[in-house]
Order: sequence, then C-alpha cells, then structure tokens
Amino acid sequence: MSSSNDPFAQKIDWLTLVLYFGCVTIGWLNVYAAVYSPENHTNLFDMTTNAGKQLMWIGTTVILIICILVINHKFFDSFAYVFYAVMIVVLIAVLFLGSNINGSRSWFKFGAFSIQPAEFAKVATALALAKYIDVPGINLTKGKDLLYIGGIIVLPCILILASNETGSTLVFASFVIMLYREGLPGWIPAVGITVAALFVLALIFPKLYIFAGIVALFGIIALLMPRYNRTTRNLIAMAVVGAGMMVLVTGVDFFVNGVLQKHQRNRIKVLVDPTIDPLGVGWNVTQAKIAIGSGRLQGKGFLEGTQTKFDFVPEQSTDFIFCTIGEEHGFVGSTVVILLFLGLLSRIVILAEKQRSKFARVYGYCVAGILFFHVMINIGMTIGLMPVIGIPLPFFSYGGSSLWSFSILLFIFLKLDSRRTALMRR
Amino acid sequence: MLENRKWVIIGVFILVGITYLARLFYLQVLDDTYSLGASKNSIKRVVEIPYRGQVYDRNNQLLVYNMPVYDLYVTPKQVRIPDTTAFCRMMNLSLSDFDSIMGLAKNYSAVKPSLFIKRLSKEDFARIQDALVDYQGFEPMISSMRTYPAHTLSNALGYVSEITKRQLENQDLPYYRQGDYVGHNGLEEQYEEQLRGRRGVKFMMQNVRGVNKGSWKDGEFDTLAVAGQNLITGIDVDVQQYADSLMRNKVGSVLAIEPATGEILVSVSAPTYDPNLLSSRHFSKNYRALIKNPYKPLINRPVMASYRPGSTFKLIQALIAQQQGSLFPNMVYGHGGSPMRCHCRGGNNLRGAIQNSCNPYFYQVFRKFMYFNGDPNTFKASAIGLRSWHDMSEKFGMADRLGVDLPSELKGNLPTVKYYDKVYGGEKSWKFSNVYSLSIGEGELLISPLKLANLAAIIANRGWYIIPHYIKGFGKTGVGVPTEYLERHETGIDYKYYLPIIDGMRAAVARGTVTPLANINGIELCGKTGTSQNAKFGHKFDHSIFIGFAPMNNPKIAVAVFVENAGWGGKAAASVAALVAERYLKRKTEAKKLEAQVLASNYLPALSRLPGAAKPAAPKPVYPKPVAPQKDSAAAKPLMTATKPKSLTLATVASGN
Repeated sequence: MSSSNDPFAQKIDWLTLVLYFGCVTIGWLNVYAAVYSPENHTNLFDMTTNAGKQLMWIGTTVILIICILVINHKFFDSFAYVFYAVMIVVLIAVLFLGSNINGSRSWFKFGAFSIQPAEFAKVATALALAKYIDVPGINLTKGKDLLYIGGIIVLPCILILASNETGSTLVFASFVIMLYREGLPGWIPAVGITVAALFVLALIFPKLYIFAGIVALFGIIALLMPRYNRTTRNLIAMAVVGAGMMVLVTGVDFFVNGVLQKHQRNRIKVLVDPTIDPLGVGWNVTQAKIAIGSGRLQGKGFLEGTQTKFDFVPEQSTDFIFCTIGEEHGFVGSTVVILLFLGLLSRIVILAEKQRSKFARVYGYCVAGILFFHVMINIGMTIGLMPVIGIPLPFFSYGGSSLWSFSILLFIFLKLDSRRTALMRR
Repeated sequence: MLENRKWVIIGVFILVGITYLARLFYLQVLDDTYSLGASKNSIKRVVEIPYRGQVYDRNNQLLVYNMPVYDLYVTPKQVRIPDTTAFCRMMNLSLSDFDSIMGLAKNYSAVKPSLFIKRLSKEDFARIQDALVDYQGFEPMISSMRTYPAHTLSNALGYVSEITKRQLENQDLPYYRQGDYVGHNGLEEQYEEQLRGRRGVKFMMQNVRGVNKGSWKDGEFDTLAVAGQNLITGIDVDVQQYADSLMRNKVGSVLAIEPATGEILVSVSAPTYDPNLLSSRHFSKNYRALIKNPYKPLINRPVMASYRPGSTFKLIQALIAQQQGSLFPNMVYGHGGSPMRCHCRGGNNLRGAIQNSCNPYFYQVFRKFMYFNGDPNTFKASAIGLRSWHDMSEKFGMADRLGVDLPSELKGNLPTVKYYDKVYGGEKSWKFSNVYSLSIGEGELLISPLKLANLAAIIANRGWYIIPHYIKGFGKTGVGVPTEYLERHETGIDYKYYLPIIDGMRAAVARGTVTPLANINGIELCGKTGTSQNAKFGHKFDHSIFIGFAPMNNPKIAVAVFVENAGWGGKAAASVAALVAERYLKRKTEAKKLEAQVLASNYLPALSRLPGAAKPAAPKPVYPKPVAPQKDSAAAKPLMTATKPKSLTLATVASGN
C-alpha cells in the first residue's frame, strides 16, 4: 500500500493524456467555430456562448480528473456495486423528477445547467461489469453467468429507454466488445451483426431479392463445401439458418411499424430514402454531407466555414460537431481527428491487455468499447453511413454531462493503470 | 487464446477507421459536387407550398377556394429605410409597432428573413408595391388565404390556421414546421393530407450576399410540390344556405342525408358564423369572440351535441320488438297499467301508436321486450332484456361513434347492463321499473343529431345504412372515397317490420303529431316527432326534435332537426324539416305560410338564462341572411367584404423562412 505515497503524475500514461487533451482542445475550438458569428466577432471566452460554457466545463473536468487521480484505486473496485445501485436509483428518480427537454424526461436542471444521468450510467455499468467478471470462475460461455451479465446491462437500458433516450440506450450494445475479449463465444456477436445487416437490407431492398440472395448464398456455400462435409445434417442445419433469416426479414416490417415509435421509424426510413423528409431528418443529413464535402482537401480555414454557420446544420456544436471540423479543416483535419481517436482506442486496448487485475482489464475494454461506439455512430451519421442517432462525439461535442462522463470514464481507467505501473516498479 | 482477440478488436477499430477515411476522401476530395467553389457559396432551401385543394358541393359550387395574398418578409441586415415615419405611414404602422417587429426579427436572425406583415390583400399590396422599391430589405412572398364564398358550413368545414404546438409534436412524419398552416377541426383537418398536397423543396446556391446562383447539383435533391386535391362534398349548398336561414334565431341542428348513399346533404349547426372570420388576418380576435359567445357557435352540434332522443326512439323500440317477436302490428295497448301520461285517446295499434306517439303503448312494448326471455327473476330478466335491447339498438349505430368524416364526433350514451350496474350499485340491483324511461327515449339515453338522421335514413332504406359522410370524391365524384363509406350496414331487422312503422310515420305527418302546415303537398314526408325532456331540468322549454324522410316510396332525403328550447317536436323541428325536404325535392319553396312562420319564430334562450353569461352585452352571434332559392348557380360570387383587411395592423411576426 505504499503506492499512495508516490506522486501519481509519474505513473500516469502520458500518451493517453496527450491524446485526451488534444481531443478536448480541438473540440473546444470547434465548438467556438460553430457558434462564431462573423458579424459580431464572438469572443472565445464569452460565457453566454457554448464556447465559453464549454471552457467552464473543461475547467471543472480538470478538477474532477485530479480528484479521481488522488482517490485510492481500491475505491472504484470496492464501491463498484454501490455506484451501480445509486445510478439505478437516480435513473428512476429522473423519470419522475427530471425536466422535459426535447420530449425526453432525462435531465436534471440546475439553473442554467442541466445534467443527464444516462451519460453517467455507462461508467457505473462498466464498473459493475468489471467487478462481476473479476470474480474467479466466471465463464462467459456459461448461460447462467451470461444471464447475470445481461441483467447488469439491461436494467439501466430499460430505465434510459423509459426516459425516451434511445441513443444512449444503444450505447450499451458496446459492452459486447469487452465480453468478446473476455470469452463470449464468437458466434453471438456474429449473429448480432448478421441480424442488424439483414434488418437494414430488408428496409432497402425488396424482400424477394433478399430471399433470392439468401438461397444463392447458401447454395454456393453448399456447392463449395468439401465433399466430406456435405452431410445431410449440415445441409439441414444450413436450411434452418437460411429459413430463420427469411423469417427475420419478413418480421422487419412488423417491428418497424408495430414496435418502434414514430420518430424512430422516421429516422430509419430516412436512412433508406432521404427524400421522404427533405426538411427534417433528411435535411440534417444532407446539410451535414454538404458541409463536410465542401471542406475539400484542406478546408476553408478556422472560422471561415459557411455551412456550419447560420444554422444550416442543426445541433452544430453538439451532435453534428464533426461537420465543423470537416468543413473548416477539410480532409486533412478529418483524418487527424479520426487518427486521434484510433490512436486513443488502440492505446486503451494495449493498456488494458497489460493489466494484471481482471477488474482493470475488463474496465479498460468497456472504456474502449463505449468510446468506439460513440465515435463510430456520431461520425458515421454525419457522413451518411449511419442513421441519425443523437449521441455526442466524445471530448468534442459541447455539453457538460458528456464531457464529464467521458473524462470520468477514461480517467478511472488511467488511475487503475497507474496502479499497475506502480506495482511493476516496486 | 482469448488474448489474441485483442487483434480482432483493434482490427475492427482500424477497419471502421479506414472505411470512414475512405468515405471522407470520397466526399471531400473525389466528389466535387459537394464543392461550392471558392466564392463561399452556400445552399439555401426554397420551400414551395402548393395550393391547398378547394372544396365543392355536390353540384360543383365552390365552398372554399384560395385567395392569393402577400406576406412581407424583412431581412434586418439588409434594411435601408431613408424615412421611417413615412414608411410607417405607408404601412399603417405605429412607430412602436415597427420597432417591436424589427426587434423580434433581429432577435431571430440578422441575415435570415422574418415575417414582417402577413396576409396583405392584393389591393393593399398593389398600393405599397411601387413604394417598396425605395426601401431595401423587404421581400414580398405570395401566399394564399382560405375564402368561403358561400358563407356557410363553418363548423363542418373547420378552418386553416397556424399549427399548434400539440399538433407539431404529435405528427406522424415530421412534415410540418413552426408557423405552417394546417387544417383544424372539420373536413380541413379530416382530409388535411389530401387537401394540403405535398410541399416541394428546391436547393439553390447563393453567395454570401444571398444572391441566387442557380440550382444546386442540377436539382438532383429537389422535390416537386404536389398540388392539393380538390374535395367534392355531398353538401347541397342551396339547401344548406336555406336551412341556415330557417335556423336563424334558433339553437340546434339540421342534418340531411341521401339515404341511398349516406352522403350528407345539409349540415347546419345553429347559431353559426361566417367561416371567413377564421381565415382573415384577425383570426385571434375573431376566434376569441366566438369562444366567448354564450351560444357557443364553435360547437358543431350535429355531431357533438347529445340529446335524449325522446319519442323518435320509439321507432327503434317498435322495430326491435317486432324482430324479437314480442310485438305485432295489430297489437293494441290502452293507457291502463302504465305510469306515463299521454295526450292521445289510447287504444292504438302499432301504426296509431306511432302516429299519435302514444307513451303508454311503448311502455308496454318495452316491458314486454325486456321480460320476453321469461326468466322468473325480474332483476335477471331485466338484465338479459336490456342486453338484447342494447345489442339490437347497436346495429342502428346508436352505441359507438358512427364514423362520420369529422374529427370531432362524440359518442353519446346507449346504456348497457354494466352502466346500470354501476349507477344502481351492483348486479341485479335494478329492473325494468328503474329503466322504463328508455321506452320513450328518455332516461340515460344520449344520442347525437347525426345518429338520428342516420336512423331516418335506415327507415327510408327499410333496413340498412351507409355511414353518413361528407366526402363525395377527390377531384372527381367517387375518387378516393374511403371504403368504409361504400359499405352497407344491415340492421338485422326484416324488411316487413319497417312497413307498419313507415305507415305510422306517414300518418304522423298527415294527421298525427305534426303541425298541419308541415304536411306539404307533393313531398309525402314521413316522420316522427320527439320532445327531449329539458323543462324538467330547470329550463323553460323542452327541445323539439323531428326525424323523417321523403318521399315515402324511393326516398331521396332523410332529415333530422333539433331545435333547442322550442317545445314539442311537432311544430318547430317538423316545420324546418318539411321546408328543407321541400326545397331539396322541388328546388323551390311553395309552403310560404309555413316558411314565414318558421322565419318569424325565435327560440333563442334569453342570455340571462345561459350559464356563464353574466354580462348582458355579450357579443351577438353571427347569422347568415335568409336566402332566396338560387336560380343561377353562378350567382355564388365570392364576397370579399368579410375578409378584406381594413388596415395594415400587425398580426404576428413568425420566425422561420
């Protein structure tokens, strides 16, 4: 227990820290660019604009980071379930006590600032999962263990879904990356991805084509199979899988029309055919693409963007912040941002693998998974590769809740990691 | 080795990264259609709002059309006004109004246009058009205003006004924006999607000064506006206007249906108002005045008001009892043994009982109906009897909403066994003697004029109906009519049982409960009067009801008339119904004496007797003038006086462009 005497600064992973502050700084400058108005020369530190407020959020985040790094690492391990339980209570409370913002009752309002508990639920769930899987003998191929893990993930999902925050709920799917690393049979994510792909295909193409495609695919596989594998049993198995896929495709319409809510249905429809709603969601996507596309190779220059000014692109400083980067800094700037994220994600995975405690490793993979999911969905929707799901770009998007929660998420991991290097040095 | 799975995971990260970089490379470097050139052009979307569909009556007379008006937009940053005082004088604005509008516009955006003044008439616009050249930053946009040349049918048509917050949030597809116009109530709301058409969007390139540089990407993303469809209704506007004039100084409804098709011919809700009031620039002021009016002209009485149907309900009693086998046309009941008073001499058979509306007769009919199941326990027997009474009456469309094509139809009440269990506190707590008022259409029954008009149509058809509806087609008769308005609904009562009823109804008009003047020569009206108890509940008079159809054989019109506070049904209501039927069948009015009598009668309740009318100086309801039969259908020229803006006062400044 001598580690607490050592200055933590020497053991923290400096590369991650640099990547993190790189993201936060670029993010802040782009929030400024998004709210900048050429007529009245908005001040970077003006507290009434999002840029000024974001600076305040960054300041408070630094304080939070210092607190996390000072706290004993055992705290996160020991109190993991407590955090989780408190989070569940808060998620229930917000359903009744929260303020209604944009049709979702998921915010606590404090004066001019609002906090969204759903953002923090990810951190608590990651800790709880790490704690649960840390127990020796947990086996992710066992149905019973998977059931408990599923329960830990699904419980906050239900509560967040009840507050009408579908985007934040979907983020919980990202835990599958950690579970895969920890031994979840590979066929489970494979089935998940296949189902998602079939779902999208069923919306875009006529059902008959997809049926024909499935039959052709399995036909080709059967033909190319080595003779000794082409048993009746295997062929029947393939036929069953193919039939299952067809049933799924048939069920898509029922799901879309019967289960999804109106605005969710629209977003899926718009992904398939942007012209059905040229003024609503379709307009957002078109404008985002125009803004990014107009940046060309080098971009129009800092504060020189035209598309991301004047409200052409909605939610410019929050969910669509990547448009500002794409427009003002071009392909070069976009590449830098994507490489920053790739670097950060890879670094987290590499660090996670080095952990000695299973708790820290599991948690590290959760962090990587959550960040990856956010980045993939957020950037994907601005370039028209993903449906419009309102989740922020980590460290870039304006907003206190998201900056706080992502920073807490990341720095708990860095704290756990600093413990590892301390142990090694001893 | 599980550890090797990290390569799979990092591989996925890199794969997604490469895909996105490739997509960005395509968007930003290869695909130069997204390039807007070095001039910093931006893309503006121009919204094209198509003309809303017009509304016609069954004879192709216009009920609603669009009059072009002008909205004036201001872009604060571009505004150059040499002389503000002169400008305000030209616009009929006070300086403070001008300042507040400009303030709002600046608040919204310095560079995007805001609405400055809306709905300038052609004349007003012509006056300022030339002068506007001297003032920069103002841009007129053509738009349109709903106009009602026939000045009638206000409640059934509904109105068009800015979308409400609730509607904005509850839309199925996110079609509407803040400030859009949308149909409210009535047919405008019911057929909103077809009437409005589909808005088009054009993407235009503009430079930083807002000058158009042509369409973007050769219009690849543009969508064309689709014009709204014209709605043809089954309304006969001549008869409608005539009925309006007959209902002057009365509160109530007239609803007429063509029995063979279910098309609504006449739909009067009295007192009424000129629909142009709600399309003018002074919408809010006019709407407030109508809301405050103690006679409640905004209630669409034919579908929203519910009354005890009174003796008109005896028709259903007679039909279902015959079908059940508990009543035969030749059965005679006297007045003895009934707790009800009667004005006739008694000793009627079924025809006579309908002709004279004999209360004790129908008391006995209903009693026999209820106990026909023969259960020795009278409580149990009553429950069984009422259940079959409810089920058989339901077939006449009396229980649920009928499904007319208006959004505002209310349900009324056809009591069920469950209902009485609740009222009397438990099963078997009530029996026939508690509910016998139903036999003469009183008690807990609540039925809308629409349903009673439909009952008249059912009897006219001898046993079936088509759900009453306003629509006759989109663009052309028969096109786009919802299938539910083509289906026949059977009542489950045999044809032969209708015949004695119809005989009785004819006799009621010819020599029964109906005032003699209403038996107009040559139209062969059959009908049944009703007097809805109202005096009993603290009012001075009962409500007068009449339902009927004409002619007796091969009926062309079924009609229900309600006149509130007008006493017994044989006079006020029957007279209006007879005149409406005559006008529809003969296209002219020969019963001048009856007409004069109806026009002269005033059944408006005194204002002091109305709830919530403390002030004697309540605004007067708006009545249409009585109309003479129109010989020339082209005579319905648009009358613009009601809508012509008198001055250029500001209505609102909406945000958005």
